Amino acid sequence: MKELTDRALDKVRQLGASYGDIRIVRRTNESLSTKNGKVEALESSTDEGFGIRVVADGAWGFASSLEITPEEVDRVAELAVRIAKASASVEHEPVKLAPVEPAEGRFEWEIKKDPFEIPIEEKISLLLDADHIIQQTPEIKVSEASMQFWRTEQIFASTEGSYIEQVKTESGAGIEATAVSEGEVQKRSYPASFGGDFATAGYEFVEAWDLVGNAERVAKEAAQLLTAPQCPSDTRALILEGSMLALQVHESCGHPIELDRVFGTEASYAGTSFLTPEKLGNFKYGSDIVNIVADATIPGGLGSFFYDDEGVPAQCVDIIDEGVFVGYLTSRETAEKLGQRSSGAMRADGWNRIPLIRMTNINLMPGDWTLDEMIEDTKRGLYAGTVVSWSIDDMRLNFQFATEFAYDIEDGSLGKLFKNATYTGITYEFWGNCDAIAGEDEWHLWGIPNCGKGQPGQAAHVGHGVAPARFQNVRIGVVESQEESEE
Amino acid sequence: MLGKEKVLEILNKVVEYSNADMTEASITIGESSLTRFANSFIHQNVFEKNACLAVRAIIGKRIGYATTNKLDDEAICSVVKKAVAFAQHSAENPDFVSLPHPKPITPIDTYDQQTALFGPEDRASAVAQLISEARKQGASAAGLLSNGYQEFAVVNTLGVNAYNAMTRARLSTVMTSDSGHGFAEQVSQRIGDLNPISAAVEAATRAVRGQNPVKIEPGEYDVVLLPYAVEEMVILLADLGFSALAVQEGRSFMCGKFGQQITGKNITIWDDGLDTRGLPRPFDAEGVPKQRVDLIVKGIANAVVYDSYTAYKEGKESTGHSIGGPGTYGPFPTNLFLEPGDSSIDEMIASTKKGIFVTRFHYTNTIHPILTLFTGMTRDGTFLIEDGKITKPVKNLRFTDSILERFSNVEMISKDTMRGEWAVVPAIKARGFRFTGVTEF
Repeated sequence: MKELTDRALDKVRQLGASYGDIRIVRRTNESLSTKNGKVEALESSTDEGFGIRVVADGAWGFASSLEITPEEVDRVAELAVRIAKASASVEHEPVKLAPVEPAEGRFEWEIKKDPFEIPIEEKISLLLDADHIIQQTPEIKVSEASMQFWRTEQIFASTEGSYIEQVKTESGAGIEATAVSEGEVQKRSYPASFGGDFATAGYEFVEAWDLVGNAERVAKEAAQLLTAPQCPSDTRALILEGSMLALQVHESCGHPIELDRVFGTEASYAGTSFLTPEKLGNFKYGSDIVNIVADATIPGGLGSFFYDDEGVPAQCVDIIDEGVFVGYLTSRETAEKLGQRSSGAMRADGWNRIPLIRMTNINLMPGDWTLDEMIEDTKRGLYAGTVVSWSIDDMRLNFQFATEFAYDIEDGSLGKLFKNATYTGITYEFWGNCDAIAGEDEWHLWGIPNCGKGQPGQAAHVGHGVAPARFQNVRIGVVESQEESEE
Repeated sequence: MLGKEKVLEILNKVVEYSNADMTEASITIGESSLTRFANSFIHQNVFEKNACLAVRAIIGKRIGYATTNKLDDEAICSVVKKAVAFAQHSAENPDFVSLPHPKPITPIDTYDQQTALFGPEDRASAVAQLISEARKQGASAAGLLSNGYQEFAVVNTLGVNAYNAMTRARLSTVMTSDSGHGFAEQVSQRIGDLNPISAAVEAATRAVRGQNPVKIEPGEYDVVLLPYAVEEMVILLADLGFSALAVQEGRSFMCGKFGQQITGKNITIWDDGLDTRGLPRPFDAEGVPKQRVDLIVKGIANAVVYDSYTAYKEGKESTGHSIGGPGTYGPFPTNLFLEPGDSSIDEMIASTKKGIFVTRFHYTNTIHPILTLFTGMTRDGTFLIEDGKITKPVKNLRFTDSILERFSNVEMISKDTMRGEWAVVPAIKARGFRFTGVTEF
């Protein structure tokens, strides 16, 4: 492959590019799912190609193709430079890149059990067993179980002398039970909704979640929700379970710190950010116990890697320090505008997409509480979790999320189960009201494989390490119950 | 372009290599380009040539599915082997009956050479026009201009043999003028239908007018919703309930409601893949010809769309709404229409004593599928209407409301419609839209 990458880089240099890089990526995916006791899908996909990114006349160009041949490399290199020159024909600021040391080497995350080597029958059998147990609860109308695995092999080479090979294997699984009665549909998922939990790991990660052992509980909880009362509407303390808090971190901490978004390059799609540069180092984002890092180096993280797609080494970067906003996720181009080195957050969803600033593992550092202590310490509150829906405004301030379950907390004890729970707030007010975070024993690094951004759309694999946490004065139950509206 | 002959040759090879009882081969291949701009310059400019060859192998009632983007003989052999092996290892799906049998396909013209060949210099020139007009109006522009072509074909062992080439173009822009924002979007099969100047004027006018928005209290307001917002409501409805699979699984708002009034009598929604006022395509991902399906007729729940799996399960025929893949998502309508009325947006505003004018929604998501309860924010042009006039811009509002309930309270519908990526819809005026929060800008 080195011959091809050299050929591409020589070509773009000859055509006048001041910078160029090429990524050759091969990704294999296996997806297995069961539904209502039947095998729903057994799917395998392979996808391979290359993309060339250049700066010419001070502007960006990118072209990609599925055909990895010398002739096609020449054609695509020429096209990338032509595209960059077309970009430059519109008035623009010349691209400047923060420096990076060239790197060489082959890097691979170790796994214990290769998921692609585990027999299909064994994987299906596990899913069908879990599915079968879910179905035993009469109220369940849809039982589902799924697994997903990816292997990504990538070569990155740049005109600055980098040649980096990386191999990564990712695994994940989950179950869902949907209970239906007249006019009501309720769902419970495990270990998280939308396909479960994912990690840079092998099949051992799937086994550790014990889907079969949790299937009955999940089904019964879904059935219970059918007759549960509507979540009330008021303001109280809210304790969030881990997978829900992971989404809270994702939407209200992860996206606002992407510096390309801050500079407006996502303005037309997902929006910009309230975390403008003058806030760096002095904006009180959360309470004093809130500490957040962007850690691309942590083993097992879905957002972990060795080098990003600009050849910048993976790093652990402070984002929120004792409640104060101190760092962004950056690229070489955006970091340069702040006079910094890149924090190494540029990643592309495959060979046919350009790198964008993407979350790595955005982790809320553990505190010194336990979940039980938090509940015991809460006079009037709600313990809620597992994602149903999410929505946040285009500056990442006003959010509203819905959870699968919510338990009333009265005088330090869990009470009634409520259905259709929602909560809403403004990002920095919400984090400013965080007064308790559970400790390391309850801290888990959740994997989210479908973080959307960019046009054309790209799905990034990202991680969020969190332990359950408590927030005071949260508006819950945006949708009023029938009883409340009649009062 | 590979062309019909070459594309079908690849698919016939797949079928030939397979020893499954039934095999379906489909391919999507094409080129796409996208020029993206922000802060009034081009910051991203990309080209992609890609393909997806998909194989569905059936052995008895066992199904395997595999894809690749490689089209050489070795890759074709390998993807067929993988699909067959997956089918062999799969458990039986007793509900599977058959792949679809062939039916005559009505040809429609979905390809435009100019759109396929529109190059980076052409796009840069169009973007420059848009940015120049934005500057004249006092606004900064962000957005995209995209174009490309796609060849799509399906072959199966029962005789389906379908090929189509289509083009697509899209221009979308958000404009900013101090604290004001505006939006415009145009889509078409033909790049020549897009007009950068008119898009710039539409978005910039609203951005300039939207400066210094004021905060208003959340609550129930009458709303005038531009087609951008209406399209989103119609697509969400489709996602929540217009699929036969959603009905069969009991999670659709249509369940138990067929023949009953579920919206106001002035709401009629249908899907027609062949209607060239939208973005047509002659057949679905299984090679089944597109049929018109009247989903809601004068407010009455009437029908849902089918693919072959959901249709055979009920002893029916597919309506041509498969979206492909392993089939787990179920069928989906992709060329929706909401029947226009006889009003204009100006008349809607003039008839409103106090209300909110909404350009578009942001980050909508469903809270409850049966209640069609959804939430989201307003964006890029939210204004207060008082005594029949737009009086001031307002800060973006969060809403939490039921789509069916709001479609039961539609007072006026515009006669003009907009072609979106998924639906052709008018503007509407509706009573009592529930705003549940407000943001800071």
